[in-house]
Amino acid sequence: MTTIFVTLLGLLFVTFMIGRVMPIDPVLAVIGERATQAQYEETFIALGLDQPLMVQFWIYVRDVMHGDFGQSIRTGQEVSSDIARVFPATFELATLGTLFGVVIGVPLGVLAAVRRGTWIDQIARFVGLIGYSMPIFWLGLVGLLVFYGILGWVSGPGRVGIFYQGIVEPITGMLLVDSLLRGEWDVFKSAFSHIILPASLLGYFSLAYISRMTRSFMLEQMNSEYIITARVKGLSEWQVVWGHAFRNIRIQLITVIALAYANLLEGSVLTEIIFAWPGIGQYITTSLLANDMNAVLGGTIVIGSIFVGINIFSDLLYRFFDPRAK
Amino acid sequence: MSSEFGLRDWLLSEEPSSRRQAALSSWYNGWLRFRSNTLAMVGLCVLILIIFAAIFAPVLATHDQFAQDLGQRLLRPGVDGHLFGTDGLGRDIYSRVLYGARISLYIVLLVAMVAPLLGLIVGTVAGYAGGWVDIILMRITDIFLAFPRLILALAFVAALGAGIENAVLAISLTAWPPYARIARAETLTIRNSDYIHAIRLQGAGPMRIVTRHIWPLCISSLVVRVTLDMAGIILTAAGLGFLGLGAQPPSPEWGAMISDGRAYILDSWWVATIPGLAIFSISLAFNLLGDGLRDVLDPKDNGS
Repeated sequence: MTTIFVTLLGLLFVTFMIGRVMPIDPVLAVIGERATQAQYEETFIALGLDQPLMVQFWIYVRDVMHGDFGQSIRTGQEVSSDIARVFPATFELATLGTLFGVVIGVPLGVLAAVRRGTWIDQIARFVGLIGYSMPIFWLGLVGLLVFYGILGWVSGPGRVGIFYQGIVEPITGMLLVDSLLRGEWDVFKSAFSHIILPASLLGYFSLAYISRMTRSFMLEQMNSEYIITARVKGLSEWQVVWGHAFRNIRIQLITVIALAYANLLEGSVLTEIIFAWPGIGQYITTSLLANDMNAVLGGTIVIGSIFVGINIFSDLLYRFFDPRAK
Repeated sequence: MSSEFGLRDWLLSEEPSSRRQAALSSWYNGWLRFRSNTLAMVGLCVLILIIFAAIFAPVLATHDQFAQDLGQRLLRPGVDGHLFGTDGLGRDIYSRVLYGARISLYIVLLVAMVAPLLGLIVGTVAGYAGGWVDIILMRITDIFLAFPRLILALAFVAALGAGIENAVLAISLTAWPPYARIARAETLTIRNSDYIHAIRLQGAGPMRIVTRHIWPLCISSLVVRVTLDMAGIILTAAGLGFLGLGAQPPSPEWGAMISDGRAYILDSWWVATIPGLAIFSISLAFNLLGDGLRDVLDPKDNGS
């Protein structure tokens, strides 16, 4: 519990300091450059900038705890409501991506370990190596060129076709779910053909990580003595692999998948730019280019907290299920 | 020929007669093991090729990297002596990619010097001092480790302002924690060994013990980790460049070049594709090299 608290406090301290060393004058950013000296001083005090740094930090922490990240200069809205609006899009993308990574990555990793040294192992290694070396934004562009530009299998950038925009009243904010709930099949189809490419590209990167970890976990199990015992007992290979070895790596796998998910949230920043995806990554970068610091730091805190949360959650899960870690 | 055989035998001798021979011999053995790893050798060759291209860019380039010619814009690869075609401003992509190698290598080298050094200092001080210093330093390390890297680098660049040096600083500030962890772990295993006690009895102060006797032993694990991280550094730097936060135009940074080519991706694929291939080959080379080095320097963990 203290770990979570200290880490989150550290996170806030770093963002606070970043906000303070900015070359942009926070007062001028609010009132504009033509304000009088009196207005300047009034805002200076209203923003609490006359207080000692520690007091400012305390006020900052208190505000963030209440979900108040300040106002966005670019959109004129509260940063927290902006983030609440854009976050579901990122969540939808990252979840589908992770799903893709798990569904393909886990079996690939298991097969690579069971058939160690064969062509399938080589393919798994190759897939991983490419995934670790490819700039994600470039793969996104090439994917658009091939699957949208040349083959025409999927839709281009954006979240849904232009004719379907705003038809579905948001329930969860996730377009795929909402359109299904409202029974709008055409919207669902359009949204699906928009999300499939960015989601599978993101998924590819988590696939690289998940399959590599699965392989090394499985290798460790397959070399242990209980596997030999199981074979001697005359169990089928399927039983040995999935019933025995795989059962024992489930907990490790869940932590790996959680980490992969956290990484995808981060990877989505660049992907969202390429695919004009209206998520939190695009929100942070457009705000950044507009010098809208409240929005940038608010987004950083939200992603950072989720990241910390997932890390700690997977740690706890590990300790809870694996008696050896106690 | 005979002298060569002599050198080889001297290097592979089971009973080295001097410290220098023993050191060279262990290097040579490592090299032999590394050389038998085909993929790692491929990585090394690609890397040497890229370094070569970066050094001799002025000789190899066919055009001025900044020269614009709007009459020659978006030419296909191979047309009019433009090996990789031209971009939206009519600049020769081949020459720009060559000069771009300089920027990428420059960023990687700087980060590879700053981040491990920072981690080395924090990790060895924490490990050697122990107690409260250790707890506080490692808590700070954990906080930085808990941050998503690209996002943190983004926030730092936002605060410092865009540019190569600030990008390097931002990437280093996000990259040091793993090195601190490694250095601390090494320090803890070395700290209580007999030779450290012996040096302490001779009157060496903590500063001398840490810098002269602990640091050298942390180097090999750090080198492996740095090589494995280099691909990640390049990808982060390219990502920052792509977002317009790294090297500023008209500098031919590969990430920024991809960003330029984004607008033309459907009609003129080569503008964005070719710098991307350059990034891919350099980071693939570093990954292959890192895997090979790990096998050589860290025999505990080969392949599995």
